Amino acid sequence: MTHRQTGRRTALLLGATLLFAACGGSASSPGSSPGPSSEPLSGRVAIDGSSTVYPISAAVAEEFQIEHPDVKVTVAFSGTGGGFKKFCSTETDANDASRPIKTKDKPGADGQLGTADDELSEATLCANAGIEPVELKVAYDGLSVVVNPANDFVDCLTIVELKAIWDQGSTVTTWADVRAGWPAEKIELFGPGADSGTFDYFTEVINGEAKRSRADYTPSEDDNALVQGIANDENGLGYFGFAYYEENTDKLKIVPVDDGAGCVTPSLDTIKDGSYAPLSRPLFVYTSRQSLARPEVAAFFAYYLDTVNSFVDEVGYVPLPEDELTATNAALQAALK
Amino acid sequence: MTTVSVPFTRRTPLRERLIEAFLFLSAAVGILTTVGIVAVLVFEAVEFFREIPLVDYLTGTVWSASIKPFRFGVLPLMTGTLLVAGIALLVAVPFGLVSGIYLAEYASPRIRMLLKPLLELIAGIPTVVLGFFAINFISPVLLKTLVPGIGGFSVLAGGIVVGILVTPLIASLSEDAMRAVPRGLREGAVAMGATKFEVVRRVVVPAALSGIMASIILAMSRAVGETMAVVLAVGANPQLTLDVRESVQTMTAFIVQISLGDTPAGSLQFKALFAVGATLFMMTLALNLLSDRVVARFRNRY
Repeated sequence: MTHRQTGRRTALLLGATLLFAACGGSASSPGSSPGPSSEPLSGRVAIDGSSTVYPISAAVAEEFQIEHPDVKVTVAFSGTGGGFKKFCSTETDANDASRPIKTKDKPGADGQLGTADDELSEATLCANAGIEPVELKVAYDGLSVVVNPANDFVDCLTIVELKAIWDQGSTVTTWADVRAGWPAEKIELFGPGADSGTFDYFTEVINGEAKRSRADYTPSEDDNALVQGIANDENGLGYFGFAYYEENTDKLKIVPVDDGAGCVTPSLDTIKDGSYAPLSRPLFVYTSRQSLARPEVAAFFAYYLDTVNSFVDEVGYVPLPEDELTATNAALQAALK
Repeated sequence: MTTVSVPFTRRTPLRERLIEAFLFLSAAVGILTTVGIVAVLVFEAVEFFREIPLVDYLTGTVWSASIKPFRFGVLPLMTGTLLVAGIALLVAVPFGLVSGIYLAEYASPRIRMLLKPLLELIAGIPTVVLGFFAINFISPVLLKTLVPGIGGFSVLAGGIVVGILVTPLIASLSEDAMRAVPRGLREGAVAMGATKFEVVRRVVVPAALSGIMASIILAMSRAVGETMAVVLAVGANPQLTLDVRESVQTMTAFIVQISLGDTPAGSLQFKALFAVGATLFMMTLALNLLSDRVVARFRNRY
């Protein structure tokens, strides 16, 4: 190629690139516009938190963005605890939570409350940052214990056995350690990590204290990774939200749980009537008065509560009964005033 | 190579001095970056060791960084890293060396022209793609049929995939080392009646030994620092075990886990990140220094 030809080619490429860049640049719109309701909504809503509640929020966000294309809704899943840290430092507008917000401050190393080294609760952290959380209950979940489908000997687990497996300092390594007669094969444990609300809830209800658990298992805040892990390992055992089991019934085997009243398999009915105990739990989304002051956030949550029961069914959780949905709506209305 | 040295005198134009200063600063940026990285690692690691005694860190057998009670014994992570790197070398050294020997001694120029770029291609595959290959093919298809009792994540899967990653390195460097052996040595051996294989085995490889060993140590260094492929293939279970069918956590995987999570800056977990990073840095530094000494020791001057 001659010098002149390369020069022309470069100029052409450069021109084309600049043209594309200019076209791409004009597509992004500015921030939120507080105006009369006839104007289309725009702005952003940032949601993070529980991976258990994530499928519901993601489904609502998708539909909402189809109706309001100028509002950008992002939903992440760092775990309930991780999400609250972001929520209480104003990084996000809402937090998906598979457990209620923590309200009790814990004394630090000096054993005294009210001193500088206290472990502040999420409610305190939010208050310190000027955030007033608004609790919205959106669904019920039955925390499910699952094993690999090739596992033909585990038909039921009692809560005593679950505690023996998962508690801190547990010496259980093989199935035989759990129940006599089971094979002496090593159990491969999978579960949510320490930032997860599911982790907090399971450990509190099964081990007796939130966050008290053995540490030698494969942790992940991404429940899909847990599904894959258990599905690929014959000796896998793990726990996560019911929706993730429902979506993968061909890859996983559900384990009924016996809390003294017989083995109960989680299903829409047993979670609704509370017979799947103690692992039935409510799911929440927390937002704040400060964020609700923005029209796009308020519109999003109004849409959320209007449509949540239809999405919850699809996703695999248990929808709220009418009276509880009304109560949640009332909470939202009160916060909008 | 001869250089013409032009001494700077008072008559050297300002432009020349400026150019030299600019080039020096550019080089200095690289050095300063390295110094900066080391300084940050050391500073934060020292902060960590104020709270966790160094002895507990180096000899503890339990690593529990996010779940209380927090324990920071680095042995499970270090064992994980070394196991994966060890298996990687077991895979890469035979394949790499044999490939290098073939390319250097036996391949015709046309075959070499075809084969060498193909080998380099493996080195060009993004490591995350190799990790993906491990989860989707090596673990479920290859290992499940060959090894009874293996799960979806294992040290073996990680070791194999890092071995594949590192083979081109050994092949390429060994080949260069062997081609640098003077023809006279080969011809002398042939003149004494040696077969081709005897020449390779008895003359060329021993002569190129320093380069070959350097390539192996470099490969080990690379395997120790490999992150993405290992995170995907080996899992994240920080247990101390020598069973290669188990899922473990390597030092690099731990760093990724904490970095991607929501660990607040200044917390103990955050500082643990730097302690592990500093340990990793020490390991690769030691390997690099060892490589230099080995090369110097085994080098034959012709």
